[in-house]
Amino acid sequence: MRDSFDILVVGAGPAGIAAAVSAAACGKRVGLVDDNPAPGGQIWRSGGQLPPDAQWSIASLVASSVARLQGWRVFDAPGPGLLHAERGDGESAEFGYKSLILATGARERFLPFPGWTLPNVMGAGGLDALVRGGAPIAEKRVVVAGTGPLLLAVAAHLARHGARIVAVCEQAPLLRLLRFGAQLLSEPAKLRQGADYRAAIRGARYLTRCWIVAAQGRDRVESVTVRQGNRQWNLPCDFVGCGFHLVPNLELPALLGCRIDDGLVSVDESMQTSVSGAYCAGEPTGIGGVELAVLEGQIAGLAAGGRPDEAKKQARRRRGKLGFVRALAQACALDPHLRGLPTADTRVCRCEDVRLVALQGHSNWRDAKLQTRCGMGPCQGRVCGPAAEFLFGWRVQSVRPPIFPALVSSLGSGSDLIGHHPNSAPQGASPEFAKETL
Amino acid sequence: MSDAARSVALTVNGAEISVAPGTTVAAAVLIAGAPTRMSVTGEPRGPLCGMGICFECRVTIDGVPHQRSCQILCAPGMSVTTAGLPTP
Repeated sequence: MRDSFDILVVGAGPAGIAAAVSAAACGKRVGLVDDNPAPGGQIWRSGGQLPPDAQWSIASLVASSVARLQGWRVFDAPGPGLLHAERGDGESAEFGYKSLILATGARERFLPFPGWTLPNVMGAGGLDALVRGGAPIAEKRVVVAGTGPLLLAVAAHLARHGARIVAVCEQAPLLRLLRFGAQLLSEPAKLRQGADYRAAIRGARYLTRCWIVAAQGRDRVESVTVRQGNRQWNLPCDFVGCGFHLVPNLELPALLGCRIDDGLVSVDESMQTSVSGAYCAGEPTGIGGVELAVLEGQIAGLAAGGRPDEAKKQARRRRGKLGFVRALAQACALDPHLRGLPTADTRVCRCEDVRLVALQGHSNWRDAKLQTRCGMGPCQGRVCGPAAEFLFGWRVQSVRPPIFPALVSSLGSGSDLIGHHPNSAPQGASPEFAKETL
Repeated sequence: MSDAARSVALTVNGAEISVAPGTTVAAAVLIAGAPTRMSVTGEPRGPLCGMGICFECRVTIDGVPHQRSCQILCAPGMSVTTAGLPTP
């Protein structure tokens, strides 16, 4: 399959939908390519009642002229103005564009602890997504842990589905959370939302400066050990949702050569990256939540669509909201004690079962990869990379195509993909490339 | 759940189950009680991220291996096999 657009948007979450609809309203031919079966991204994942802003946003997408390309996963950018994608059934496609808007969203940060690889220990958002996908949670005992506002949102949503929330363990200290709350006084809607979440899980313990030190079970998780200060105790449970805030998905922006500063895509006032004609909106420019993501999507869509004055107007509104990004990052800063959670035997890389002890003694990510295969399985370091960054202070950034595992037949349909790539050093026949091609 | 709400019939490791329309394959595998895969050192695994990036939930669907079950919806007559333990 082959198609081309004036403006191609990657990612159909809040930012991507806003970008696509705004760009289409400028009269451009717009394509919106997304890996998931339905639009909405992770935060507006279907299954259950969506909030009014999500319903309105998705309805405006459906009513627009945007070509919705759901279920397509972008795995390469083989040349200027061209992306290469694959579908679950093995079909591949080339999407051409004049301008590109990257709205690739974020994923959860996972930190390893003994027992984190047991079935039914998932990310907080991961567990929520599974329940939205039809997994029964009623009467199940759930421990939600990690850090960030997502924990309360997930606990509240699961409780509404009948889950018994045993505890919410937030690693940040109470004082810091109160300071964060005070910074939200100018955003009463966010405070109200937090209060609603807390009310939905009344009866459950909300513990601060508290984390899971181990999960136990035979075939699946049966209990977790949690620690708060010097106190340590056991909580029987059926499911664990554990995620340590979010990390942006930077693989595609990095592959395209967009400048990345301090782990975020660098953009100007109109959301344009360092690569001319390539814009970026939403979490990859800074973790700031839905409202900011929608605004950034609109700015990028209007700017790419040729309406710079309207984009500028929205950019002024964005400036007033960037304080929230900084406040959120500060509130979710990780306690250094969390580095002590994995023991020698704990798997850090789940794809290749690389234990902590195998990684100790290596001086950097590349060295560890080459010696242990850490980060070289199908997830390509998306899970263990951010963990290794936190545990060892390694700079984890090495993006090579394909950025997702792809079929050899899909790779072959592109033009001279193997052995030469315009956006990176030649990598053609490296074992890494072969391995990542499942 | 009423019978009408569980209108999609599929098999997981040979055992028939019925799920509601819109159910992901990952959820169906969880309902069937099977791990999605065995790790390279033989540990049972289940879904982690729920959004298609961790690849822990990969299963074989209608003979096609390495499908991320969290990103695919159940369809009538679908045959899912996991590399984990078989459903009893």
